[in-house]
Amino acid sequence: MPPAKTRLPAIEGWFTVDEHAPALLGSRCTACGNFAFPKETFFCRNPECQGTEFADTELSRTGKVWSFTDACYQPPKPYEAAVPYVPFAIAAVELAAEQMVVMGQVVSGVGVDALTVGTEVELVLDTLYEDDDHEYLVWKWRPCGADDTEETR
Amino acid sequence: MPDDKRVAVLGAGMHPWGKWGRNFVEYGLAAAGDALGEAGLPWTDIQYVAGADTIRNGYPGFIAGATFAQALGWNGARVSSAYAACASGAQAISNARAQILAGLCDVALVVGADTTPKGFFAPVGGDRRDDPDWLRFHLLGATNPTYFALYARRRMELFGATEADFAAVKVKNARHGLENPNARYRKQVTAEEVLASPMVADPLRLLEICATSDGGAALVLASMDFARRYAGTDDLVTIDAVSTVTPRFPQTVIEMPNFSTDSAIAAATVGPTFKHSVALAAYEEAGISPEDVDMAEVYDLSSALELDWYEDIGLCKEGEAERLLRDGDTTIGGRVPVNPSGGLSCFGEAIPAQAIAQVCELVWQLRGRATGRQVEGARVGITANQGLFGHGSSVIVSR
Repeated sequence: MPPAKTRLPAIEGWFTVDEHAPALLGSRCTACGNFAFPKETFFCRNPECQGTEFADTELSRTGKVWSFTDACYQPPKPYEAAVPYVPFAIAAVELAAEQMVVMGQVVSGVGVDALTVGTEVELVLDTLYEDDDHEYLVWKWRPCGADDTEETR
Repeated sequence: MPDDKRVAVLGAGMHPWGKWGRNFVEYGLAAAGDALGEAGLPWTDIQYVAGADTIRNGYPGFIAGATFAQALGWNGARVSSAYAACASGAQAISNARAQILAGLCDVALVVGADTTPKGFFAPVGGDRRDDPDWLRFHLLGATNPTYFALYARRRMELFGATEADFAAVKVKNARHGLENPNARYRKQVTAEEVLASPMVADPLRLLEICATSDGGAALVLASMDFARRYAGTDDLVTIDAVSTVTPRFPQTVIEMPNFSTDSAIAAATVGPTFKHSVALAAYEEAGISPEDVDMAEVYDLSSALELDWYEDIGLCKEGEAERLLRDGDTTIGGRVPVNPSGGLSCFGEAIPAQAIAQVCELVWQLRGRATGRQVEGARVGITANQGLFGHGSSVIVSR
């Protein structure tokens, strides 16, 4: 059995690398309370706010599907597609507490047929792509209560 | 409408859309030549050149105004070059119009042209981890059709749109464009063919997503005084509004190339969506309302997106677009034809030329020169367009 690959985030600082309960890392304006993902670092998007200080904040780990689709054709670089290419679903998910919608791939094995507007989903970590020594992780959405054998295999 | 709020269109020109693989400057020159020819003006009389930039053709594309001016032969005209993603052409029109309305010039040339790569639009190259456009491809594999499909699926779930509705948009536009000499795709398709084409981004199929094209479009614009004297008539086609407004916070609809919407938590109110606000600003500027519009050219990046536009430009209320389509209101011969040119469905997208091309079509329609696709008796038309990073446009043209 080959040695396990090192699991690394595909991008630093966008989510907590917590294999069981990961969360997206957003920012919250200390002046007006506005959330942003990815994090804001030097200006607040709220035109009424002059805020320049932001607290890192973990966003809600669950939400409801706002809409969804899939990628039947291989996206161009810099997407690192598996060979052979495996289509995947994408969901835009409403986070109630933050009053915002965040996109993410849907875990492998869950297609558009398993989704509907309003489906409750939770955040998990899954492989985005691999090289010889590493598995690069990204956040993905998974329908709540879905079988997780695929993801934690 | 007072003369200090509108400009006259003396000429329009286009190089046919296609996948010609030649230098974009060639298309721009051909379009400019046609527009000048239609205006009956020599290039040497042009006082201002507004170029719309292409970012996929190197330095000459970033300074399109100067590139076209040099290719036409330096004549001392002042120039500008505008980049605003899919709304670049409208920004070029806006620049020329502002110069004319400010009294800084009498007559201006607007040109946009592009040579595009095959397949999905990809971000500009390199390893650019601070660029959201690069990152959305890398981290999500989210192409432009991904976003179009999110909107399409939402229409289905909220308003009961069907795949048959989306296919019907494609069939309508294909029919509209059959005799348009500048259209790239001039072939009638059936709903069965649309629904049998490969799924790209569920629920959108290959024949429902606009291609990337080469093409060029140009306009000759003039002050009302100059146009009356030059043309010897008051019967002029005029641009009465050019809306290039940006979104208002909070943007609650996910937009390319973003990973998320704005949060609405800190906002006192949530206003109209961005696409709706683009059209509202145009109507306000022209002092008219949607009931006054006889036809529209809208940005059908996908078949389903055309339906969103019906509502955004006020042809009907939210959730009623499918009824408008099914009743034939938006087909030539109907109450308010949409995309009589055939739209992006028949053209594909030549980014900096596209918003100019929309205006060219309205100009020819208003002059009664849209052979084979004429909207009879049209007096007022509107365009609507949207691109990445908070860019959009809406232009109102009347005769």
